[in-house]
Amino acid sequence: MPREPLEDSLAASSAPGPEPAVVPEREREREQKPETQQKPEPEPQQKPEPQPKPKSEKGSTGRGDGMSSGTGRTEARARAARTRRLLVHTARALLLVAVVAAWELMARTNVIDPFNFSMPSKIWAQIVQWVQHGTAQGSLGEQIWYTLYEALLGWLIGVAAGVLLGIALGRISFLADVLGPYIKVLNALPRIVLAPIFLIWFGLGPASKVASAVVLVFFPVFFNAFQGAREVDRNLVANARVLGASNRRVTLHVVVPSATSWIFTSLHVSFGFALIGAIVGEYIGATKGIGLLVSASQGTFNAAGVYAAMVILAVVALLAEGLLTFAEKRLFRWKAGGGSGADG
Amino acid sequence: MTTHSDPGPGAAPAIELRGASKVFRTPSGAGHTAVRDLGLTVRQGEFVAVVGPTGCGKSTTLTLVSGLEEPTEGQVLIGGEPVTGIRPEVGFVFQQDAVFPWRTVLSNVMAGPRFRGVPKAAAKERARDWLGRVGLAAFEDRYPHQLSGGQRKRVALAQTFVGEPRILLMDEPFSALDVQTRALMSDELLELWGGASAPDTAASVVFVTHDLEEAIALADRVVVMTAGPATVKEVFAVDLPRPRQVESVRLEPRFIEIYREIWSSLGEEVRITRERGAGHAA
Repeated sequence: MPREPLEDSLAASSAPGPEPAVVPEREREREQKPETQQKPEPEPQQKPEPQPKPKSEKGSTGRGDGMSSGTGRTEARARAARTRRLLVHTARALLLVAVVAAWELMARTNVIDPFNFSMPSKIWAQIVQWVQHGTAQGSLGEQIWYTLYEALLGWLIGVAAGVLLGIALGRISFLADVLGPYIKVLNALPRIVLAPIFLIWFGLGPASKVASAVVLVFFPVFFNAFQGAREVDRNLVANARVLGASNRRVTLHVVVPSATSWIFTSLHVSFGFALIGAIVGEYIGATKGIGLLVSASQGTFNAAGVYAAMVILAVVALLAEGLLTFAEKRLFRWKAGGGSGADG
Repeated sequence: MTTHSDPGPGAAPAIELRGASKVFRTPSGAGHTAVRDLGLTVRQGEFVAVVGPTGCGKSTTLTLVSGLEEPTEGQVLIGGEPVTGIRPEVGFVFQQDAVFPWRTVLSNVMAGPRFRGVPKAAAKERARDWLGRVGLAAFEDRYPHQLSGGQRKRVALAQTFVGEPRILLMDEPFSALDVQTRALMSDELLELWGGASAPDTAASVVFVTHDLEEAIALADRVVVMTAGPATVKEVFAVDLPRPRQVESVRLEPRFIEIYREIWSSLGEEVRITRERGAGHAA
């Protein structure tokens, strides 16, 4: 294939950067399962499969060897799974309590310096104080909203640009050949150093944070969209063409849907990047936002404030992640294992 | 060799290949000749099966007729006109699954008419009609991953037939199916094609396979290709009466006679391919 060198160079250039073009589907499914979710889905083995799928490997529930023993075994297995889930939850909670308690204890007994390391009770008090009386910059909700707004706007712009350009370059080899080296160079640049420049260009307002979020989000999305557009099943394209699809329709009806799973993989990662962009931007210079809370707390040697801001950020990031996962499940009903059992 | 075409009064053959060759550029820059000097005529409503050793370039022949690829040399004509691109009267059933996994069964079958600008309601009606004919009426809301391999193949057939193609190209369509499903699908294909009952309106079919039994059971003529680069070696007429039942026709003495005759020609090419080794198989 004549286009391969560039494809290689683009793929390779994504590797050394901070965000590798992420492998979709299986990898992602695996990574979204554990830890972070509060209520993990039931284990796949014991999930009842309502769809009449005559695949023999699914029939492990043992219809053949007598109904009674089969259902008995199923029940026992379900019970074991429940017990295990309970155990996991308890262990999780205990771990959290243990860490927090150890921290509190060590700080109170001066094993670690409470001035530098603060302690959970102080962090909690700080959060409560922010919630009740607001921060020095205004109410806490306003800070969160500012950061979210900047991250979200930057994310949307970055995703839109990344998807559009990725698919365009994936489909039009001329564009890819021309722009390839430049994208490679830009990707090699540690983009976080652009934040001060954006501050100079766009000032202390949200625009400079949005800009840093955009440059962080753009590249992983771009590379995944590009890869997704390149990896489209040739048979599907040929089939669509024979069925009468124009080039535009092939792009819209074949390339975009098959690239979606690639793109979605990068969306998970890239929302995190958008938050980083917004926070770093605020940290360097802002009038509002959680990043400013961090830098202001740091400026007044308020370690509890820094931690409190971190906690708030983590909660915000987790909520956003949950929303994305939900949207993804709705969108990928056509996939095996994509929550399709429910709609039968 | 060009075959004994017998065009009716003023009617051009449905498909005609004249000295068609296709050379692909390999990644190393060298040329790989997939087919060379191909001459073949398919009459209106005729079912032609193309057999040949693995990887000899049978599929390339179909992509040339479909307009997906252009011949490097020579000409491909459909209804007497040179093929310059994809034509609406050509249907193509692929070897691998080529239904769109993100569309429901109904939406998959509607795809062709919709791509060609048929209004949604009309496309839906036609799609439902064809889904009924392939026995999938109850499955229209399913996604392909919820179907068996045979069912997915039926979707592919409906997807192709809904466009009412005059030319039907099939690239080892049933090779991924198990033996029983395969026989069943072959019978269904003959029925959908309708060449037995209405030879004047039936589509002209080029059916590529590596299975000689399947070829004889289905076709009016069997074309034997040489080991790659492929060209037509010999053409055999299959004078078995229609309608045929794939499972029973292969037990008839005449079938076995024809089989022996064609295999004496095909077997040699298979042996040549085998002797060249797996390295050259592609």
